[in-house]
Amino acid sequence: MSTQPDLLYSEEEEALRAAVRDLLADHCDAAGVIARTESDAPHDVAAWKALTDGMGLAGLLIPEDLGGQGASHREAAVVLEELGRAVAPVPYLTSAVVATEALLECGAGNLLTRLASATRVAALAVPLSTAAGHAHPAVRREGGVLRGRLTGVADAVAADVLLVPADDGGLYAVDAADVTLTPQSSLDLTRPLASVTLDGVSGRLLGDAGPAVRRALRAGAGLLASEQLGLTEWSLTETVRYLKERRQFNRPVGGFQALKHRLAQLWLEAVNLRAAARGAADALATGEDVDVAVAVAQAFAAPVAVHAAEEAVQLHGGIGMTWEHPAHLYLKRAKADSIAYGTAGAHRAALAERIDLRAP
Amino acid sequence: MTGDAAGLRRRTAALLAAHPPAGTGRLDFLRARFDAGLAWVHFPEGLGGLGLPRSLQAVVDAELEAAGAPGNDPRRIGIGLGMAAPTILAYGTEEQKRRHLRPLWTGEEVWCQLFSEPGAGSDLAALGTRAVREDGGDWVVNGQKVWTSSAHLARWAILIARTDPDAPKHAGITYFLCDMSDPGVEVRPLRQITGEAEFNEVFLTDVRIPDSRRLGGIGDGWKVARTTLDNERVAIGGMRLPREGGMIGPVARTWRERPELRTHELHQRLLTLWVEAEVSRLTAERLRQQLVAGQPGPEGAGMKLAFARLNQEISGLEVELRGEEGLLYDDWTMRRPELVDFTGRDAGYRYLRAKGNSIEGGTSEVLLNVVAERVLGLPAEPRTDKDVAWKDLAR
Repeated sequence: MSTQPDLLYSEEEEALRAAVRDLLADHCDAAGVIARTESDAPHDVAAWKALTDGMGLAGLLIPEDLGGQGASHREAAVVLEELGRAVAPVPYLTSAVVATEALLECGAGNLLTRLASATRVAALAVPLSTAAGHAHPAVRREGGVLRGRLTGVADAVAADVLLVPADDGGLYAVDAADVTLTPQSSLDLTRPLASVTLDGVSGRLLGDAGPAVRRALRAGAGLLASEQLGLTEWSLTETVRYLKERRQFNRPVGGFQALKHRLAQLWLEAVNLRAAARGAADALATGEDVDVAVAVAQAFAAPVAVHAAEEAVQLHGGIGMTWEHPAHLYLKRAKADSIAYGTAGAHRAALAERIDLRAP
Repeated sequence: MTGDAAGLRRRTAALLAAHPPAGTGRLDFLRARFDAGLAWVHFPEGLGGLGLPRSLQAVVDAELEAAGAPGNDPRRIGIGLGMAAPTILAYGTEEQKRRHLRPLWTGEEVWCQLFSEPGAGSDLAALGTRAVREDGGDWVVNGQKVWTSSAHLARWAILIARTDPDAPKHAGITYFLCDMSDPGVEVRPLRQITGEAEFNEVFLTDVRIPDSRRLGGIGDGWKVARTTLDNERVAIGGMRLPREGGMIGPVARTWRERPELRTHELHQRLLTLWVEAEVSRLTAERLRQQLVAGQPGPEGAGMKLAFARLNQEISGLEVELRGEEGLLYDDWTMRRPELVDFTGRDAGYRYLRAKGNSIEGGTSEVLLNVVAERVLGLPAEPRTDKDVAWKDLAR
């Protein structure tokens, strides 16, 4: 590795962050997100329209000649930090990153143009738990039609198009209207899963599933670290704020050394996670050292985000256990994220090969 | 900025032309480099620098390294470079700066730090070494200092001592430059758990210090010492490491070279620590990039915490990995090393030496308080000693 990754944020990236944060402050308040989780429409369509129609963010990774922004993973990572901080129920990671990367690999220009303008939302129909390079289910293709059932597909109910791997090695685009989507009761209420049943749908061949799915899941894992950074930052910031205010024993609770040390540890983890997440985003943008940078970021990020959310629940005391307080949304997202696109253990195992620290 | 860099390259070339490294003695070259303002370019002109941004030093260093010029062996004189020099620059008189900075930088005069005491560790401001002034003349110093690296090699020390016992503890301290060759200075090795003595105890008995070697005002010693301690943390946090450049390097090499030692349980722990070491390295690199970009953040406060824990866990893992060999230790001989190398010697030494990483330069427990209070803004620890005269404190 000759050069060091650029781990800072550019002025443009900071401006993008400020704009997304402003928008989410208007659209994604915690009470609204909680209420939506129990409605028939778990996704926040208004926030999604504002992010995509208003700011063009669905097309960040799509080249300008296909109607996108021609930006990079560095900018998409900044958007995901803010979406994580707001635990926003929008299909950004699943459509604007994962499905987009699969379509880029397939050179599916028409569909990419529709994704860039957000006239279409897409979802890659593999279980959210799948790590890049690992086996995943595929539907059967026989007699020119697709049949089968795929489970654990994130944000499928928000998608117009599903990207379906079939047992002939192809990746097919299938209209959501032509399949049966069955919502699954999901741990993470803000990124709901669904099963997808195909019963003799023809579909449109996009390309080889193998490289497309691998690329999509790798980018998803790498940028998920930035979402996990956002979750971590919210948990830390909100807990510090609360503990300065909350008084017991005639003192602010945040003055007790046992709690101060836990929060300082959490801050240290967040500082480290920022470097790891920036490292992965920069590697995806430059194409250098991608496999190691993504595996390092995911192996590190998952336990940190879960720890932060668990500390937020614990240190809020009883209120952290209530449905009304948003801490549980972060805990559920962080725990689900620790499985999404491969567990920390799966990423460590991948790393063992890459860095030549092999198993016995 | 690029104009400055080009100018620095010209200046460096002129130095090399006037003092070709091949035909110049090491010390003569270092002195000439200092006088050319290329020692530390961010220092003022006439004091080894040119008043340029610190980041431009890399331009000079690269040119000199390529020319095979001798260096000043910064690891041997780290306390002088990292702690004494910035403090003398900030608070010294013109005469003090001119007398001390050049031999400090060239390494002709080694410095040590007389701060900690047996009764003043984390609570450094409670220190009890007394400096009493004789009729407006010299100061006479009595007391004991401890954990003093390089004291047996040092010509000079930065010293803080109590000059006003009636003032609250932070207010009655004064900062001095102490001549270690004074007959009242006695240096005794302090043997550590590793078997060697890289630190010393220093006993000060009627040590006479002229008032001209006071640094800063009488009673301002704590403020001056804060400059020293802040620079210590910068020095610890500012490293640039390659992947596997730290403590993880030796254990990763052992794992690759000795497949017979591998177990599944150790494999999981090794990979977890490798990831944490790599992320810490990226965090240090990010901090360095922030400093170069002129956006210093509070992240440096956490770097020492992270490295201390990692060094301890990684070296502990390596002792276990070595199995039967892990039961051995290379050498318990009492020695006084000139250099401290955390990754040197064998796994047992690394394990024991790393235990000091969470104590030296501020314990991890105190640093967590620092992060909680200064970075996160959480309430300070309750203080019972703030407005009490030092002489009335319980001890």
